Amino acid sequence: MLANVTLGQYFPGASVVHRLDPRTKLGMSFAYIMVLFIATSWLSYSVLGLASLLVIWLSQVPVKMVLRGLRPILMILSLTVVLHVFTSREGVELVSFWFVRIYSGGVTQGFLLAFRLVLLVLSTSVLTLTTSPIALTDAIEVALRPLRRFGVPAHELAMMMTIALRFIPTLLEEAEKIMKAQLARGADFESGGLLKRAKSLLPLLIPLFISAFRRADELAMAMEARCYRGGEGRTKYKVLKYSGLDAYAVASFVVISAVALAL
Amino acid sequence: MGVPSIIEIKGLHHVYRGHDGDTYALGGVDIHIDEGEFVAIIGRNGSGKSTLAKHLNAILLPTEGHVLVMGMDTQDARLLWSIRQTVGMVFQNPDNQIVATVIDEDVAFGPENLGVPTPEIAKRVDAALKQVNMLPYRNHAPHLLSGGQKQRVAIAGVLAMHPKLLVLDEATAMLDPVGRAEVIDTILALRSAAKMTTVLITHHMDEAVLAHRVIAMDEGRVVTTGTPAEVFSQPELLESLGLDVPLAAKLAKELQRSGLPLPDGILTAAQLVNALCQSN
Amino acid sequence: MPIQLKNVSFIYSPGTPFERQALRGVDLTIADGEFVGIIGQTGSGKSTLVQLLNGLLKPTQGTVTVGEITTTDKGVRLRPLRQSVGLVFQFAEHQLFAETVAADIAFGPLNQGVAPDEAAARVDEALLTVGLPLEMKERSPFELSGGQMRRVAIAGVLAMRPRVLILDEPAAGLDPRGRDDVLARISALHRERSITVILVSHSMEDVARLVNRLVVMHEGGILHDGSPREVFRHAENLATIGLGVPQATEVLRRLRLAGWSVPAVALTLEEARQFIVAAWRERGGGA
Repeated sequence: MLANVTLGQYFPGASVVHRLDPRTKLGMSFAYIMVLFIATSWLSYSVLGLASLLVIWLSQVPVKMVLRGLRPILMILSLTVVLHVFTSREGVELVSFWFVRIYSGGVTQGFLLAFRLVLLVLSTSVLTLTTSPIALTDAIEVALRPLRRFGVPAHELAMMMTIALRFIPTLLEEAEKIMKAQLARGADFESGGLLKRAKSLLPLLIPLFISAFRRADELAMAMEARCYRGGEGRTKYKVLKYSGLDAYAVASFVVISAVALAL
Repeated sequence: MGVPSIIEIKGLHHVYRGHDGDTYALGGVDIHIDEGEFVAIIGRNGSGKSTLAKHLNAILLPTEGHVLVMGMDTQDARLLWSIRQTVGMVFQNPDNQIVATVIDEDVAFGPENLGVPTPEIAKRVDAALKQVNMLPYRNHAPHLLSGGQKQRVAIAGVLAMHPKLLVLDEATAMLDPVGRAEVIDTILALRSAAKMTTVLITHHMDEAVLAHRVIAMDEGRVVTTGTPAEVFSQPELLESLGLDVPLAAKLAKELQRSGLPLPDGILTAAQLVNALCQSN
Repeated sequence: MPIQLKNVSFIYSPGTPFERQALRGVDLTIADGEFVGIIGQTGSGKSTLVQLLNGLLKPTQGTVTVGEITTTDKGVRLRPLRQSVGLVFQFAEHQLFAETVAADIAFGPLNQGVAPDEAAARVDEALLTVGLPLEMKERSPFELSGGQMRRVAIAGVLAMRPRVLILDEPAAGLDPRGRDDVLARISALHRERSITVILVSHSMEDVARLVNRLVVMHEGGILHDGSPREVFRHAENLATIGLGVPQATEVLRRLRLAGWSVPAVALTLEEARQFIVAAWRERGGGA
């Protein structure tokens, strides 16, 4: 059943990584990505890679789950390597066969870039695997708050994300129900050309949109009835709190980054 | 004065303005509801009962007439949020009133909007979830709950705002019998524990029977009002309004006609059986 | 068109953490022209059962045969099956999509390959059957009242002229008059066209008045199967699985507990009245 689809890819747990404040995790992920782009040497990458492995191990998330995040970028990875290996003319010539010339610079470059991409994806995977969507939303709201003076509606964006997360399973379930009802009326969602298939989706999409609008309308009324009037003057039930753990994490991160960049 | 009125409705008219003409939803309604009362409002679809409900917390404003909530006029925009905090509303569709992705965060939504301090919110959330018997589900995701459980969460969300009046606008219409029973039991528990003033809008007559006072509406007006026994002893009137009479009440009436000496005002199977046993 | 379920089991999301067995070893035969009620708690397997009957779901184990078609056969074509087995879902108005009432009702017949003028004729017929005026044809279904939308949705299934009509809670959420009218029309349809009707319901009052045969589902199995009069004899049994009996029967049950000799079951108010008057006289009342 579609309703059982887990959102995002949160893997519930109580590891030290899970227990970190979502703001710390979000901030560290950003910083990590920046360090990745500044770093250039193999040694730096080895240190950063080891740090990644350490965090994955600490998170107690099965390695298979973490690696799953790499699947969608496999194509890009291979392309990166192949392009660099075959087109770069830097360094020493390694292979010379017919029209193929492979240089050492290309090989190093290609694999370095690919490795950088892998680390980048792994770090964001660990973030989303160990942080629930709600906590992440809270963290994003905090991260965006300084931008409020430039007209960025931080609270509203966070509220929109929360409502989207809340209603995705409901709408998926509804889509399944409408699809079944139309199938029972002889609808055919599968055969025919592109145009015909697009048209055949109307009996599914129109009721789904109408229902989404009706829900939005009713939800807005229910929210107003519960005195919702935007972010002004609102208090929070669950307030994010930094702990000693966050201090340790940030300190370790700074040290590791410094070492990585120094090498 | 005596006991203060929680709701005072005077000459309320409501007109929905539309593209193709106006719809007259309420045509002169006068109702007052006292503290601690349990009032059921019944009427067929389109009778105006849901429009009336939306006037109780200023979701709609009168076209004519006045609605006073503890003396606060709903047309006074400065009082809007005090009025909405005073009157808690639970709506029909269980899915479309839960905002958050976790139950306890949803219950906290109202207090957060009111600016209640954080430690106090936590206390209110716990108390409200306990009142509707949903404390064990505090960390659950709403879409995995049953309809009855979702409506209980919606009630908790309202209770956490510490309202004076609880309005249930057809809150049981989309539920199965188990869900309906859960919601009704919750209301009765709130009544006996906290004497919560309650307005129950419904077309299930077996629910209306539980109230102190029943108000029957049709075509935007109050047709009859009284105790359940008084209202449901008029089966012909109710049927002309497109409403049911509880079967036990109808059966009691028929048995009277067949010559059995039964008293008036029988509403439930248990009352009917008691009366029959005393009749011979 | 006879329906036969042999040892049918159904499991949702097998092999995942969400695995849930909805039906376990169900055997059920429904003959042509029966009017069957299916009752049971939410989650008892009712909805799964009816979706198996037109191939929207296929059994994990066992076979479902409707007429000549067995849904699990290799290369089976399900569209003919869906033409002969009409399924009206709960809150069916949520499936409406077309610009006009007529276009929405014609959707099913046109999918069946019915010619446009024949489809138009069926739209008229279906509208009359559900008690809506023909003038409504050109209106948008979304301007109608909830009760009218429900009827349009039912008409959309009737226009396919199903041999078997399945309705999942067709009266849910309607007010008392709307409910009585929709159910009366379904009952008339069964009488006049002698099609098989399967009514899934939570209302004991409704099934007691309407159906010839009642199937009680519990935890994915069939607990009782018989005439309403036979089934409602098991009031205590039904109560343990959270189901009630019709109010008329409930009055008699309480009277019997109080020592009166009345029959155990009354399906209508009139029946209950007769039983009670007879017993009251017998006890010397009015003498």
